[in-house]
Amino acid sequence: MHYLDHAATTPLVPAARAALIETLDLVGNPSAVNAAGRAARRIVEEARERIAAALGAHPSEVIFTSGGTEADNLAIKGTYAARHTAEPARTRVVTSAIEHHAILDSVDYMTESSGATAVFVEPTVVGAIAPDALTSALGDGADVALVSIMWGNNEIGTIQPIAQLAAVCRELGIPMHSDAVQAVGHVPVDFSASGLDLLTLTGHKLGGPVGSGALLARRDAALAPQLHGGGQERKVRSGTLDARGVHALAAGGGAVETAVAGLDDEMTRVIALRDKLIRGALALGLGIEVTGAWTPGSAADRLPGNAHLRVPGADRDALLFVLDAAGISCSAGSACTAGVTRPSHVLTALRIGDADAAGALRFSLGHTSTEEDVDAVLAVLPDAVARSQAARGAA
Amino acid sequence: MRVVAAMSGGVDSAVAAARMLDAGHEVVGVHLALSRSAATLRESARGCCTIEDAGDARRVADRLGIPFYVWDLADRFQRDVVDDFVAEYAAGRTPNPCLRCNEKIKFSALLDKALALGFDAVATGHYAQIVDGPDGRQLHRAVDAAKDQSYVLGVLTPDQLDRAFFPLGDTTKPRVREEAAERGFFIAKKPDSYDICFIPDGDTRGWLTDRLGEQPGDILDADGQVVGHHHGAYGFTIGQRKGLGLERSSMDGQARYVTAIDRAANTVTIGPADLLGVDEIRGIRALWCGPAPSGPIAVGAQVRAHGEEIPATAHVEGDEIVVRLGRTIRGVAPGQSVVLYDGTRVVGSATIAEAGRARHTTGA
Repeated sequence: MHYLDHAATTPLVPAARAALIETLDLVGNPSAVNAAGRAARRIVEEARERIAAALGAHPSEVIFTSGGTEADNLAIKGTYAARHTAEPARTRVVTSAIEHHAILDSVDYMTESSGATAVFVEPTVVGAIAPDALTSALGDGADVALVSIMWGNNEIGTIQPIAQLAAVCRELGIPMHSDAVQAVGHVPVDFSASGLDLLTLTGHKLGGPVGSGALLARRDAALAPQLHGGGQERKVRSGTLDARGVHALAAGGGAVETAVAGLDDEMTRVIALRDKLIRGALALGLGIEVTGAWTPGSAADRLPGNAHLRVPGADRDALLFVLDAAGISCSAGSACTAGVTRPSHVLTALRIGDADAAGALRFSLGHTSTEEDVDAVLAVLPDAVARSQAARGAA
Repeated sequence: MRVVAAMSGGVDSAVAAARMLDAGHEVVGVHLALSRSAATLRESARGCCTIEDAGDARRVADRLGIPFYVWDLADRFQRDVVDDFVAEYAAGRTPNPCLRCNEKIKFSALLDKALALGFDAVATGHYAQIVDGPDGRQLHRAVDAAKDQSYVLGVLTPDQLDRAFFPLGDTTKPRVREEAAERGFFIAKKPDSYDICFIPDGDTRGWLTDRLGEQPGDILDADGQVVGHHHGAYGFTIGQRKGLGLERSSMDGQARYVTAIDRAANTVTIGPADLLGVDEIRGIRALWCGPAPSGPIAVGAQVRAHGEEIPATAHVEGDEIVVRLGRTIRGVAPGQSVVLYDGTRVVGSATIAEAGRARHTTGA
């Protein structure tokens, strides 16, 4: 099998696997005041410190969560609730239409439940959010509760100018969040240098376990808790801490450290595979197009592992079927409920029509990807394209 | 052969898929997503296209160890089945959406897609039998008369039958349920789906009103006297007795039925049962499940799903037929299909354009 769906979830890195196994028999609640609890707590706090160090954050800025969706929900709902309560005039939430649904649906929920107004900054044709566009969306910013713009897009791979966007927000005193689940461990991320107030990361996109993740939050970030209970994690995120999960996420040479430490070499390697895949697909002469920004040899504007291609006149179900049958795991846009795929909201936001979007394929490369994987895709693409075009004609 | 097993998430299609696998075919399970806004969970036994149903189908495919996909045919279903259903009712006819779905979706859109992807055939959990005959494959009634679905498959052409498998036609429904349990399918006791899958609460008239709006008009008796009012003539079917909403019972105390629907005048006419009697049916869009007959043929005619079979003679006139029934029957609704049988074999079908007494029917 050729696994080219790393943006959906990526295999455990060996260090994370070892860290999980090492702590399988761990006893003790990290919040307990006894020897077992202290031992578990030590593991959690060491993980916190190592993640903070790897990402340019202070340990107290790391709030562990169950993953990216929870961290995004906490960032949007928690910030809106805290800010809106303190200053009722702050009702606008400024984001973009190409965010992950964990952001979009959280914003939706706040508009329905709490009187928020959603504002969507228009992306450019390659899916970039320009600082000027953010500036004009914010106005004087007096009625804005928060801004949330993702670091790297999960579907088309476009990387946003986060530091510039954060500077715009800082100027106006508006907290900015970024969903960086696709970026952390894949491109350099320095929380402090970014100027962000809040940042989401998740374990399973960088070789850690599913169910581990964190929201990085500046010490002065106003956050209303969304989970109430034992008061763990700055009283913002109650719930027994998962010592195994965060250990594998970070410490003992776990996922975040592995990914960040070896980042330069790994980026170079994955970018080369990405470029080979995109170049090869465009060279097939089948009218395939690449979506989003693409500068060969660079991860400045596109995630290293993302190759988002559009096949003209293709049937979505048929494309995935033929590729899957050929042993290639990839994705059409983002995965959806019940296995039904719909035109992606990201492509719609880029004004790519439904018929064009129907032929969208996302290949995402990662730490286990090889030249053979790319060669296998390029070998099967012509047949997949032909069959999917025939199927579209048929149906 | 390489076969797509259409899997609804129900018992029948699950066992059908399993039998295809047992027979040595290479089977891939496909669940058809037919709704643009599928509900998360099943709320009644009626609906069949929720995300829960897709999940049930997936779990059966898991147990069988076959690949499984959800194919999105919602646009085609909307256009060819749902929109057609609304338009037919709006025109005063009574369509059969299951038959339309078999004709346009399962053995057209799905089959064509499967063929384009290198498959040889589509298998479903329909209760009907395919038999090899001298002139090619024949469609026959199922062994289980109570479950027989040959009526809603009567629109299939020989080419479509060549690419179809109905592995349950030789088995009774209770036995299929037993087999599902023996195979360890957790859906073995899942209720059968009834009625129209895209109207989950079964309120067809309310559903149509949402789409066509209220169109108030008169209910007339056989003499043309106004005896009541309706909210839309499209909500009625020839032969319908219940839900007429009349203020007064009839003078003679007899039950009254819808005997005519006039869409132009927006009137519904009611009358006693004997006015419903017809013995001649004109059918259009005749389809033959094998060679087209040249002269009049003796057949059994069935005019609705699970209806009885009436001895008849069919006269072929191009792609139209006139079916003379051996006796008078009630409540034949234009828009339904008349399916013709020779013994258990489906000879062909046509869409009912009009029905009446032999001396009244056009062309009789």
